[in-house]
Amino acid sequence: MDTAVGKVVSISLLVIFAVMPVLAPLVGEPYYVDVFARIMLWAMAALGLNLILGFGGMVSFGHAAYVGVGAYTVGILSHHGVSSGFLQWPLAIGLSGIFAAIFGAISLRTRGIYFIMITLAFSQMLYFLAVSLEQYGSNDGLLVPERSDFSIGTLHAGIDDDHAIYYVILCILVLCLYAKSRLIAGRFGMILKGIKSNETRLQALGVSTYRYRLAAFTLSGMICGLSGVLFANFEGFVSPDLMHWTRSGEVLIMVILGGAGMLFGPLFGATVFLLLSEVLARFTDYWNIIFGPILILVVLYAKGGIGGLFRGRNRG
Amino acid sequence: MCRYLLVLWALISILSTPAVASETVRIGFVTTLTTGAAVIGEDMRDAVKLALDVMNGKMGPLKVEVIFENDAFNPQTGKQVTEKLIKRDEVDVVAGYIWSHVLLASAPVVLRSGKVLISVNAGPSKLAGAGCHPNFFNVSWQNDQIPMAMGEVLNRRGVKSLYVIAPNYAAGKDMVAGVERTFRGVVVGKDMTAWPDQIDWSAELTKVRATKPEAVFIFYPGKHGLSFIKQYTQAGLADIPLYSVFTIDALSLPRFQEAGMEEILGTDMTMFWAPDMGNIKNKEFVERFKSKYGRYPSFYAAQSYDAMFLIKSAVEAVEGDLDDVKAFRASLEKADFDSVRGEFKFGPNHFPIQNFYTRTVVRDSEDVWTTSLGEVVLQQHADVHASECKM
Amino acid sequence: MDIVLFIEQVLNGLQLGVLLFLLAAGLTLVFGIMNFINLAHGSIYMIGAFFAAYLTRLTESFALGILLALPAVVFFALVLERLVLRKFYERDHLDQVLATFGLILFFNEGIRLIWGSGGIAIELPTYLDGFIVLGSDLVISTYRLVIVCVGLVVAISLYGLVTYTRLGMLIRAGASNRRMVGLLGVNVDVLFAVVFSIGAMLAGLAGMLIAPIGQAQVGMGEQVLILCFVVIVIGGIGSIRGAFIAAILIGFIDTMGRAYFDVLLLKILTVNAAETAGPALSSMGVYLLMAGILVFRPRGLFPAQGVK
Repeated sequence: MDTAVGKVVSISLLVIFAVMPVLAPLVGEPYYVDVFARIMLWAMAALGLNLILGFGGMVSFGHAAYVGVGAYTVGILSHHGVSSGFLQWPLAIGLSGIFAAIFGAISLRTRGIYFIMITLAFSQMLYFLAVSLEQYGSNDGLLVPERSDFSIGTLHAGIDDDHAIYYVILCILVLCLYAKSRLIAGRFGMILKGIKSNETRLQALGVSTYRYRLAAFTLSGMICGLSGVLFANFEGFVSPDLMHWTRSGEVLIMVILGGAGMLFGPLFGATVFLLLSEVLARFTDYWNIIFGPILILVVLYAKGGIGGLFRGRNRG
Repeated sequence: MCRYLLVLWALISILSTPAVASETVRIGFVTTLTTGAAVIGEDMRDAVKLALDVMNGKMGPLKVEVIFENDAFNPQTGKQVTEKLIKRDEVDVVAGYIWSHVLLASAPVVLRSGKVLISVNAGPSKLAGAGCHPNFFNVSWQNDQIPMAMGEVLNRRGVKSLYVIAPNYAAGKDMVAGVERTFRGVVVGKDMTAWPDQIDWSAELTKVRATKPEAVFIFYPGKHGLSFIKQYTQAGLADIPLYSVFTIDALSLPRFQEAGMEEILGTDMTMFWAPDMGNIKNKEFVERFKSKYGRYPSFYAAQSYDAMFLIKSAVEAVEGDLDDVKAFRASLEKADFDSVRGEFKFGPNHFPIQNFYTRTVVRDSEDVWTTSLGEVVLQQHADVHASECKM
Repeated sequence: MDIVLFIEQVLNGLQLGVLLFLLAAGLTLVFGIMNFINLAHGSIYMIGAFFAAYLTRLTESFALGILLALPAVVFFALVLERLVLRKFYERDHLDQVLATFGLILFFNEGIRLIWGSGGIAIELPTYLDGFIVLGSDLVISTYRLVIVCVGLVVAISLYGLVTYTRLGMLIRAGASNRRMVGLLGVNVDVLFAVVFSIGAMLAGLAGMLIAPIGQAQVGMGEQVLILCFVVIVIGGIGSIRGAFIAAILIGFIDTMGRAYFDVLLLKILTVNAAETAGPALSSMGVYLLMAGILVFRPRGLFPAQGVK
C-alpha cells in the first residue's frame, strides 16, 4: 500500500491544486491556473482508464473516444441552444457509458494485445465519425457557445467564472478520487484486483468475471465522459483531435508514468507529463529529444512509475 | 517534507519569468514549429525576424518584442499557447495561425480579452462571414478565393471536363467547393482522400486514367504535394494537365528540384503574390530574404512580412498608444502600409480585397526553381462571405 | 466492370499489401518471439527511408543507396537493441509501451534536427521510371511492379527461412514457447538479436522502397504504425503466414474501397450523403474489419501456438 511519504505527497499535490488560483496571480503567473485546470482534466481521464488498467489489468487504447463522446454531447447540445447542465451532463455521461458498454461487451471477449487493438479500432471509428460530422465542424471542430447552465427557476447558477469552473473541476476530481478509493477498497475492487491476478480462480469461485469487467469498463468510460463534459465547458471548443489515437496514447502514458494501479498515479502522471512538456518547450523547439529519453529513464529506474517512488518495499 | 517543498519552490521559480518593461509593443506569434509542418512555421518566423531587422526593432516610438509560440499542429495546444500569450506575456497583438482549426479554437481567447487578432494565413469562412469580429483581421485570403480563381482559369483555357482530388478535411472541402463555384465545365470525378495518413494515391490515379479528363485539379498542401505529383507522373498521367492550389510553393520547390521533377516546370496555379511581383516593397523583401536565408520566401513568409508592417503602420498612427484599442483598430482598418503584393485594402469583414493571378513554375537566371506571376484572374476580389458579416 | 481498370486496381492493392507485409513481418516476429511491443518499429521504417534517401543523394545512385542503407539500418537496429531495447524484454507490456514511445519522440526529433523538417525527396532512376504497356491500355508503372516483386520474393524467402531452416525452427519454437527454447540451451540473446535485425531490415527496406514514391519525412512511421498493428493482430501474432494474408487483405480492401466504394454508395445514397459518408466509411473500413475478425476469432486468423 501507499506509504506515509506517498500520502503526504499526494495530499500536498491536491493542496497545491487547491491554492493555485490564488497562488498563481500572486507570483505573477495567472496563466498557470489554466495549465493546472488542464492537468486535472487529463488526470480525470487517466483516472478513468486507471480503474480498468491499473486495477483490472485491461489495457484500453481507446479511452480518448469516451472523452470525445462526453465533450461532443455538450458541444452539440450547446450548439443547438440547449445549455441546461441538468440535461447536458447526465446525457453526456450516459452516452459515454452506453458507448463504453457496447464497445466493452465486444472487446472483452479478447485478451492482451488483441484487446488493446480492438479498443483502438472502436475509438478510431468514433474519430472518423466525428470527422464526418460536417454540420458540427468536421476537422475544424465546434465552438461551444456557452458553458453549462445550472439555474433552477429564478435561482441562477453557472460556471462561467474562471475560478468557478476551476473549483468545480477540482471538486469533481476529488470526488472521483474518493469514490474510486471506496470502490477499490470494497467488494467490487477486490474482485477487480482478483481478476487481474487470477481470473480462473475467481471463476472457479463462481464469480461471473465478465460482468464485473464489463461494469468496470463502462464505469471507466463514464468517468472519461465526465472529463469530456468538463473539457468542453472549460475549453469552449471540441474537435476530433480530442479523440485521435495519439490522445488515447497520451492518457495511457500518463497512467503508466504516474504508476498504474495507484489511486494518485493518474494525478502524478498527468502533472508530470504536462508540466514537463510545458517547461521543456520553453528551452527548445526540439524538446522531444529530451522528453523521450526522460520517459525511458523513468521506466528503467522508477519501477511502477512516479507513484512507485513513494511506495514501500511490499509492492501490492 | 521540507525537501518536497524545496523541489516545489524550484519548480515554481523555473516556471516564472521576470516582468518586462512597458515601452515596447509585444506581439505574440503563433505558428507550427514542431512536426513535419514546421517548415512552414520556420519560414514565417524567418520573415518576421527579417521584418524586425528592417524596422530596426522599432515601431514608431516603441520597441518591438515578438514572442513565438508553437501550436504543434493541434487546436488544443494552439488555444493553450494563445492563452499563455494573453494571460502570461500580456501581449498587445496576437498574430500568426497557419491552420483553420487552430485559429477557430484560439480566436475566442484573444477576442474575449479585447486584444487584436491578426490571422497571417488561416481564413476560415466562419470568421469571414457571420462570425466576423471588429478585432479580427486577416492578411492572407479567404479559403474559397484561390480555388475560385482557379475555376476561372480553367474556363479561360477551355477545359470542359475536370477530375478533382483533395484531402478530406475542412480546407480540402473548401477548395473543392471553391473550384466548383466558378468552373463551368463538368466535374467528371471527385476523390476526397484520407488526411493526413494517405500517402499513396495509386487507386485514385488509376481512376483518373480510366476517366480521361481534360485536366486534373488538386489541393495537397505541405509534404503531400510532392508525393502526389511524383506519383502522378509515375502513373503516366503527365500528358493530362495538372492544376493545383497551395501544392507547389517556395517550400516544396527546392525538393521538387532536388528530385529532378522537371515536369512541374510550366505548371500553373493561382495565387495573390509571387516573388517576382514588380513593386519596390516586394523587390526589397525578396532580395533581403534571399540574402539573409539563401532561399526564396514562400507566400506564408510574404503574408507574415505584411502582417508586421501592417501592425507597424497602426502603431505609428496611434503614436504608440496601444491602450486605445478603438483607435488602434481604426488605424489597422486603413491598412496604410506598402504591401509586398502592391495594392492592399481591407473589406468590410477585415479580409483583404486584392487581385488574384495565375502563377507559373519557372527556372530563374541562376537555375533555381521558383514561381512567376502571370495574368490577373480576379480583379480586386472580395470574398463571398463578406456580405454575411455584420459588425 | 472495366476489366483493365480492375486488373490495375488489383495490382495497386497488391503493392500496398506487400509494403504492409514488409513492415508487419518484423513486428509480428519481435512480438511473437520476444513478447515485446515495439512502438519504435515505425521509426526504423522512417530511418530506413532517410538513410536510403541520404545515401542515394550522396552516391547519386539509387541502387547503391539501397545497398549501403540496408546494412546501415541493420547496424543501427543492433545498436538500438543492445543499448536500449534489451533492457525491456523482461518488463511488462506497459513499460515497453512507455519506453518505446519515448524512443519515437527521440527519433522523430533527432531526424528533424539532422535533416530538417522538410524531409528528403529522391529521384527514381530512369530505368525504373517507366511503364509497361500490356494490350491496348493496361499501363503498369515499372517501379510499382518492382515493389510487388521485391515484396513477394521477400515473403517467399521469409516463409522458406521460417519453415525449412534451423533458424526458422528456432524462431517458430520461440514463438510457441520461448522459455523452453532457452532451457534447451539455445543462446536466446543471439536469437533475439538476429530476429530483431531481420525485422528491422524489412521495415527499413519498406521505407527505402517508399522513399522514391513519396519522400523521406519526419513522422512517417506513426502513419503506418497503427495499420501494422492491425495487420499483425488480424493475422495472429507471431505468424508470418497470417501477417502476409492480413497485409494483402488490407491492401486490397483499402484500395478497392477507394476505387469502387463511392460508385457503390451512389447507387444507394444521394450525391450529397455519399460524398459525406464515403470517405468516413472507407477510413473506418480497416477498423471495422479488425473488430469483426476479432469478435469471431479473438486471437486473429492464424494464431501461433502458445503466444499470449
